[in-house]
Order: sequence, then C-alpha cells, then structure tokens
Amino acid sequence: MMSQEELLNGLRRTVEQVLKAPYYQKKLAEVGIHYAGDIKTLDDFRKIPLTEKEDLRQNYPFGLFAEPMDNIIRIHASSGTTGKPTVVGYTREDIKLWAKIVAKGFRRLGITSKDVIQVAYGYGLFTGGMGIHYGAEELGAVVIPMSGGNTAKQLMIMRDFGTTVLCCTPSYALYLGESLAEAGISKDELKLRIGVFGAEPWTDKMRQEIEARLGLTAVDIYGLSETMGPGVSLECLKGVGLHIDEHFYPEILDPQGNPLPEGEVGELVLTTFDKMGFPSLRYRTKDLTSITYGTCVCGHTGWTMQRVSGRVDDMLIIRGVNVFPSQIEEAILSVGGIEPHYLIIVDREGPLDVMEVLVELSDASFEDEIRELEELQSKLRQRIENITGLSAKVRLVEPKSIPRSEGKAKRVEDRRKGKI
Amino acid sequence: MLQLSVFLENTKGRLAEVLNLLAEFNVNIRALSLADTKDYGVLRVIVENPEEVAAKLKDRNCVVKLTPVWVLKVPDKPGGLASMLNKLVAEGIVVEYMYAFVEREKEQAQVVIRVRDVELMQKAIKKYNLE
Repeated sequence: MMSQEELLNGLRRTVEQVLKAPYYQKKLAEVGIHYAGDIKTLDDFRKIPLTEKEDLRQNYPFGLFAEPMDNIIRIHASSGTTGKPTVVGYTREDIKLWAKIVAKGFRRLGITSKDVIQVAYGYGLFTGGMGIHYGAEELGAVVIPMSGGNTAKQLMIMRDFGTTVLCCTPSYALYLGESLAEAGISKDELKLRIGVFGAEPWTDKMRQEIEARLGLTAVDIYGLSETMGPGVSLECLKGVGLHIDEHFYPEILDPQGNPLPEGEVGELVLTTFDKMGFPSLRYRTKDLTSITYGTCVCGHTGWTMQRVSGRVDDMLIIRGVNVFPSQIEEAILSVGGIEPHYLIIVDREGPLDVMEVLVELSDASFEDEIRELEELQSKLRQRIENITGLSAKVRLVEPKSIPRSEGKAKRVEDRRKGKI
Repeated sequence: MLQLSVFLENTKGRLAEVLNLLAEFNVNIRALSLADTKDYGVLRVIVENPEEVAAKLKDRNCVVKLTPVWVLKVPDKPGGLASMLNKLVAEGIVVEYMYAFVEREKEQAQVVIRVRDVELMQKAIKKYNLE
C-alpha cells in the first residue's frame, strides 16, 4: 500500500519529467508551479490543469514527449477528434514497464509461462496488439501474434496450437465464437480457458454469450494510448472490478473538475508514475466510472475501477476504433457542396458494428443523374474511410430530414445499446 | 427547355407527397420519368414555368434542380426514334438519359433527351432541323 508521502513523491517525479516539455512549463507556471518541489500537498497537485486530447493535438506530433527522440524507441497513436492522430512515444524502459504491468495483471488471472496466448488485437499504431504481445512475452508464455481478422485461420490455429488465452476486442471474440460452427470446429476441441477483452465497451450479456460460445472465462482490460495502452486496469477472476495498476494515479472528477468521493461515478483522470517518454499528467480519459481503494482477495492492493459506463464526450468506439462525429463532419465537408447536416447511425449486425452516415443533399450537391449521385456517395464513403479508417455506408437523404433539436442537429444514433 | 428534377428518398408515400405538392401548385405534368436506386430516386418532370415551380418546391424543403434538356418530336411509327438517335450518335452526342411521351390529339411522339455535350447537340439540332 502506498503512503501519502510515496504518492506525493511519485507525482513529483511525474511533474519533474513533464516539465522537460516547454508546453508543460508554460502551462504549470500559470498556476504557480515551476518545480516539482512546488507540489507539497495533494491540493497543490489538484491545482494542475487537466491534460486533454486537444493538448496533444496542439503539440502534434512529438511536442509533449519528455525525452529526446534518441531515447524514444516506439511510437503509437490513436485517432484525434479531427484530422491528425494523437501520438505517444515510449522509451526502452517504458516498453519494459508496460510489459511488466500487463504480465502482472495476467499473473493475477493465473496465466503463466505454460499458457499459449493468441493475440488477435490489431498490431500497428493501435496499442492493443503490441501492448499485449510484450506483456505475454514478459510472462514467458507462448505468444501467437495473429493480429485481427482472418477468422477461419484464427480458429484453425486456436485449435491446432492449443490456444489457452485469447486476447481481442469483445465484439471480435463474439464473432469468433459465432464462426466456430462455420469453421467446422466444436468448442470442445479448443483449450481456451481465459479471454482478455477490451478496447471497446461491452455488457455483461455479451460476456455471458462469449463465455458460453468459446468456453472460457472472459475478463475486461482497460487502457488508452495516451496513458500507456492496455493494462492500465484489468479485472481479476473475483469479478469485483478492474484493478488499476500501481503505476497510475486515478482521480474521479465531476463535470466542474471537483474530486468525487470513492464509489461515485465521474470522469476518470489519470496520472502515470515513472513513464518517461510520454508521462501523463492529469489526463482526461473522458470515460465515466467510479473507483474504490482496498485489498482484493486476488492479492491486489490499491485502486479498483468499475467497468466504464459511458463517455463524457461524443466519441464512439466502432469495431475497436475511436471515432468522433467531428471526424465525420470533416470528411463530408471536404466534399464540395455538402452541408454539415448528417447523422451517424451505429448498429450491430450480428456480432459486427456497422456505421451508416446519413448526409443531407442540398441544391448545390444534387445532380439529377444517378451516376453523379452514386459518384458523390462513393466520394463521401472514401473520405470517411480515409479519415476514420472505417468503412461506412453513406445514404443521401432529403434536406431537413435529419432531426434537429434546439438548432443543433443530433449527430449520433447508437442502436447497439441493449444488443449483445 | 428546362426539366425539373426532384430528389426523393425511398420512403413510403414520398412520391405521392411531391405529386400532391405539384397538384396544390396547380401544375400539370406533361412528361415524367422516375429513376430509382435502392435508397433514393430522382423524379424528372416537364412542366410549364419550371423555374417558378422549382422555387415553390424549394420552399417546401425539396431538393430540386433545373436541367437543360431537349424535347424533340419523333414520328410515331416503328423506327421513328431509332432514326433520330442514329443522327445524334453520328454527331458524337452522348445521351445521359431519355424518356418518351405521346400527345394523343396530335398523334405525335416526343422524347425528352439529356445529353452530355450541349454544344454538340445544338449543332445537331440545326443540322438536321430537329424540333
């Protein structure tokens, strides 16, 4: 258990590290913090302005890195609210720390060097694939770096290689489960025992369905690239919540930025300890949850968070990819003659998230030849895919057909709620 | 001549709604064609005073477009349309779409033609004295 003095020392180390970036020097000077030593109490720490995605955008790509590029050995990124992604960098020590954190969480789940871990998260700028991969290697397990997709092969390898632990998004896990029959594989042929699923919100109903189909125990893993990646918190088998690793200091804030007491739901704000390349200082996750402090029978002592119950902004997570309505707006407005009246409909067809974008036609964009309208549709589709990385269906609709409330159009209709 | 085109979502009763609007404006439809896809359609009509009708429809939240088209007389007999089209093809004219209607009193067929190159069409009209 961390004492108050240890906590303050950890926070001071992070403040000292972020102060290497000129942007933070200026930002912290505005509240009278010039040196790490200016943090004498937790109240001093709470004076520090919150960090947001917008801060990362303003400093794109490497402006908030706290180590020289020579010390950075890996870059990851996630989508920003518009245009440019938010970029983070890791030193060699950061990568090791991340692997240790993931491995520690896996150990609590009883995963050992004897396990065969199939990583079906995407490998790439997204932190999911490589984050889990390094953690699983740290554990000494056999790692199968499958990345996402190629479902039939995933299932064949899962059976033939005797995979015991599956890591992917919950919607993909469900899809794998539903594809078993098609692949001619029965659940009994598999050796799966634990599934570590995250990167998108899911429900208990979905958990039960995945567990039934794949014959494993499914647990939730949480993380975001801005604070590291998967592993910030992870459930144990006791089902009491997601244990937050000791390298993260969580705060739960109300909409005005005031701290909320234990157990109350608010926005999760995270500060990292001893992460050097890209330390996070009071980073707004925009995720809603609650936290409690205590000791779990699994051996974890510290903070435990509940499953994320929602977002404070309008970010959508579609097939594990973060999508902001502002990105869709940017995409459709880049096509001439289109007005910013659109509606994003997200639904789940079977196990897969699908996105449809309704775009209102205007006199300027309307051509009376079907060929031209189809070209307009495909141009819109292309732009959306270029910006979000996701394929979308585009439907042209009549003006004023998208409901408006108080002058502002409703941007998102998420029909996935209530579905598994 | 200007043809009036209206964008229609494929929703139940939408075509009837637009036609009811035209009736309300006391507009007679001389010719009509409907192009459709899975999600939407385009209603194309030939009416008197198309600019005026277009403005009224716009006021009622319709997306409209005025498109220059030609309305040409064709002999109402076998091969009538083919012989005229042959002439246009020879002039290098590309037809985007066309539709025909028959005026009963005159026993005269007419076609509405939308072409890609307006200038070529104008030359062809003069050359063959089409009307």
